[in-house]
Amino acid sequence: MKILVTVKEVAQVDDEFEIDGLDVDERYLEYDLNEWDDYAVEEAVQLSEANDDVEVVTVTVGPERSEETVRMALAKGADRALRVWDDTLAGAEFLDVSTKAELLAAVVEEEDPDLVLSGVQADDDSFGATGVALAERVGFEWAAVVNDLDHDADANVSNVRRELEGGVEELTEVEGPAVLTIQTGINEPRYASLRGIRQAQRKPLDVLGLDDLGLDDSVVESPVALTSMYEPESEGDAVVWEGSAEETAGELATFLREKGVVEG
Amino acid sequence: MTVLAVTEHRRGELRDPSFEVVTAGRELADALGTDLHLAVIGGDVEGFADRLNREGVDAIHTVAEGEEFNHDVYTQAVTAMAEAHDPDAVLMANTVNGLDYAPAVAGALDRPLVTDAVAFDADGTLEVTREQYGGKVETTVEVDADRFALTIRPAEWPAAEGTGDAEIAEFDFDLDESAVRSDVKGFEEVGAGDVDISEADVLVSIGRGIEEEDNLPLVEALADALGATLSSSRPIVDNGWLPKNRQVGQSGKVVTPDVYIAIGISGAVQHVAGMKGSDTIIAVNTDPNAPIMDIADYAIVDDLFDVVPELIEEFGGEAP
Repeated sequence: MKILVTVKEVAQVDDEFEIDGLDVDERYLEYDLNEWDDYAVEEAVQLSEANDDVEVVTVTVGPERSEETVRMALAKGADRALRVWDDTLAGAEFLDVSTKAELLAAVVEEEDPDLVLSGVQADDDSFGATGVALAERVGFEWAAVVNDLDHDADANVSNVRRELEGGVEELTEVEGPAVLTIQTGINEPRYASLRGIRQAQRKPLDVLGLDDLGLDDSVVESPVALTSMYEPESEGDAVVWEGSAEETAGELATFLREKGVVEG
Repeated sequence: MTVLAVTEHRRGELRDPSFEVVTAGRELADALGTDLHLAVIGGDVEGFADRLNREGVDAIHTVAEGEEFNHDVYTQAVTAMAEAHDPDAVLMANTVNGLDYAPAVAGALDRPLVTDAVAFDADGTLEVTREQYGGKVETTVEVDADRFALTIRPAEWPAAEGTGDAEIAEFDFDLDESAVRSDVKGFEEVGAGDVDISEADVLVSIGRGIEEEDNLPLVEALADALGATLSSSRPIVDNGWLPKNRQVGQSGKVVTPDVYIAIGISGAVQHVAGMKGSDTIIAVNTDPNAPIMDIADYAIVDDLFDVVPELIEEFGGEAP
């Protein structure tokens, strides 16, 4: 069985930051594996540990910098990695849902996985759409926001729980091949061991351009464009207690006493 | 030329976002100078259609197929409706089920998709306001197409009110059963337990800022000293540090205490959805720009590891 895990390197923004054009200034960004994808990688690795002959392949769309993130997934137990990037992609201003789905669909057609795991959303732009869009494009079945997975490798059927709102879960059977978008909390992602990190350096990491995927430049043409980024105006009118921790704690304590939350 | 807004329901009840897509759909239809149509799929479609017949709705199309949401059925039905009526916009809610079918509808119709809108302006080109980096920045996304799909964030638009005079009709639609390859078996409530945080008057709620499980006794001591109930944001439950019944948020419990003390919680939209109805919200956070500050009534911008021990002492407790 082959499991393809889509991963993304996402940027996290410092508490204090400045915006430069259409993104936060590079100085205030730190890059990491998308949290949701970390759970997807773990789920795939656990499936490979529980079943015979499972290959876990990760795929990312991103520049060379993202190889650090991809190596992290390899260190946690993925077998090999693909990184999709070339000058055309680097020059594109905005990769929308349809472009990402098309790129990943070309990889799925090449790799022919039995199961694709993807994070529910990416921590940076939070579109939350790539996994299901990919499934639709390649004709796979799918399930979104999966927080429990019981996969029958022989039948290629997944019994999943989908985490709905308000503490309700839906129990659904999904025929493979399928794309499952993985919710945080489905497992406990492992830390990469030193041994894993060393091994990851030797695992294959192939870079594919549009030509390699049989796609042309038109894939990056999109009617969707990012046109501005700004800090939202604070709607808050909170009373901010100032001073040392002792003083602010005192203010809060006084407030709670006056409100009658606590006595004395 | 229409806006087609898709509604949703669960276990026999229309969900709140169904009435919100009516409001947002009317707003979009007005901007585009067109009609608003609704899609009602599965369950008691006639009863649902009656309740959704609010002011500003021009037509309601029903598909009596299945009892509950099934994304294969929704995708097929909405796609067929869009092909039949050629709406400018297909509008859906960015709910868990929205995440499960909206991208498939956009793909099947070959339309650009923008998700999780918090506002939009369709005077000319569609401009969608979204959030990025966990709400720290807002972005504008422009869609240069006259046919598009859009999902809106729940609770950003008010529920539609009033009574409409929409034409309600069954949408003639042949489901391709062979393309229905997901089978919804049922539902289960999770997170029941000894404590019901939705009943608490005072909640001390902890988030990522607590850093490690070993630090939990600190907030437990505070909750004890205050006679409050301990709750948390999602990451604490994901890490297994607290049980699911303590989780406040969209996928956890909705709480409305007199006092909600959010400690080390940044205020992701999914969390805020569960606690914004609290009477008084107090935030303790190092980041003065964290989204939680937007809804807090009182705030301390400081390290929780400095503030919480002082607070415990104030109330005669002992920090661990």
